[in-house]
Amino acid sequence: MSLLAAAGSLDPAARSFLSPTGVEIVFLLVGLAVLGSAVISVTTRQLVHAALWLVVALGGLAIEFLLLTAEFVAWVQVLIYLGSVVVLVLFGLMLTKAPIGRSPDANSGNRWVALGVALAAAGTLVTLVVDAFRTSWVDLGAGGGSTRVTGEYLFRYWVLPFEALSVLLLAALVGAIVLSRTGKGRVPKPRAGKLRAGKPVGTNGRAASATTARPTASTPPVQES
Amino acid sequence: MSLLDTLLRCVAVVVVFLTFPLIIGQTEHKVMAHMQGRLGPMYAGGFHGWAQLVADGVKFAQKEDVVPLDADRRVFQLAPAVALLPYMLVLLVIPVGPEGFVGQAVDAGLIFVLAVMGIGVLGSLMAGWASANKFSLLGGLRTAAQLMSYELPMLLAAASVAMAAGTLSLPGILGAFHWWWVPWQLIGAFVFFTAGLAELQRPPFDMPVADSEIIFGAYTEYTGLRFAFFLLSEYAGILVISALTAVLFLGGWHGPMPESLGWLWTLLKTFALAFVVIWLRVTYPRLREDQLMRFAWTCLIPLALLQLAITGVVKVAIS
Repeated sequence: MSLLAAAGSLDPAARSFLSPTGVEIVFLLVGLAVLGSAVISVTTRQLVHAALWLVVALGGLAIEFLLLTAEFVAWVQVLIYLGSVVVLVLFGLMLTKAPIGRSPDANSGNRWVALGVALAAAGTLVTLVVDAFRTSWVDLGAGGGSTRVTGEYLFRYWVLPFEALSVLLLAALVGAIVLSRTGKGRVPKPRAGKLRAGKPVGTNGRAASATTARPTASTPPVQES
Repeated sequence: MSLLDTLLRCVAVVVVFLTFPLIIGQTEHKVMAHMQGRLGPMYAGGFHGWAQLVADGVKFAQKEDVVPLDADRRVFQLAPAVALLPYMLVLLVIPVGPEGFVGQAVDAGLIFVLAVMGIGVLGSLMAGWASANKFSLLGGLRTAAQLMSYELPMLLAAASVAMAAGTLSLPGILGAFHWWWVPWQLIGAFVFFTAGLAELQRPPFDMPVADSEIIFGAYTEYTGLRFAFFLLSEYAGILVISALTAVLFLGGWHGPMPESLGWLWTLLKTFALAFVVIWLRVTYPRLREDQLMRFAWTCLIPLALLQLAITGVVKVAIS
């Protein structure tokens, strides 16, 4: 709450929602583009295209942050998600020899369950946000999301969640190492000097998760003792 | 800031973006040649072959633009733009001189620069995958592995400067600069510059394009202007990395002359570092893939962490 209080009060708006400013129109348009590219990214049958549409969606989100004057968050979004996560996903896809063109088996039986979960999550979030803010109006002053302001709130009011998150990430890291080492008796050693061809992609639509885990799983010979 | 002012700044950045990489490229031709006891280009343009790269550009523009039959056409054609444009955006925020001599001052300029440069690598990955060529795919893989290893020390070294200055804004960092920062941040400068070289895939870190093994890595299938764009992005990358190292670690516009000539110092330091980049290319053999990874994880990252610790200790001691 205090973060919002910095930017403006939560009093009911004295402004009409029917006369949007230019920024609001751009915000909506970019939002539509993000939604569209996100939908394409989960429905396309071309695996690498899905990753590239993810780039568009995440980049669009960064633009939304910028339009909300949260400059620091926007650049961090670009740095972490576009610069690192998508590169990791693409790296994983390349290890599986992702084919050019459609992957005929990139079709998950979980499609409808996934749709249900997505709709339920979206419904919950939208209800929550709409109910929390109702007609209140947050004035976005310039510099309201600058590095200094963000840092002050993060390390003054939100230190505990921040540290808890870092512990969570550490746990995830340890978990990833444990997971990648449990099956070491069964993992065949990669032949020296040859690129492991890997299975055809997209079995059960789990390509992304399976492939990002693979680099750690398939490179044991150095560390194993 | 008026519209005309903004427009002028954008035009200036585009002009710099189109000319400076060519100057660095021509310097590379001549410096490499002289270091190897050759003359380099001598005919184009008359005086010591100064127009060689212009001639190269004309040649590239005339070549046929080939897209392999099995390639993913759209991704293949989009890749050079994705590789090239981020460097132009980065140039926009690098301060050249004091008093707002910068395309556009950004509050979190340091993060912006590192974030946008990370996007450029997506271009190489797209090219490597979309070419439908095993050598290209190998090049793309190596690019991704190299990027993921070297991004971390680069960020840590940059974070050290941000800690020292207490700001992420590039003009702000330069405003807080004192001469003794150079020895203080020396390790960080080494890490940043080296990791930057690796990110650009310049020798000795050119495993992703190793010509004797995988032809030209991700760019193997490219011809004509698209190939020229990839080359241009490499030289624009040298410009950006040199300018950033000069701004972050060598004090940018600071130097023993009146402040109005500060831009001269920035340019001088940038081109001196660009010369070092070329020099290293001629000096060192290519690192093998495992050496490359080991160097990043067992040498650069510990050094960067050490620099962070030194910065923290000194910062607490002097405050």
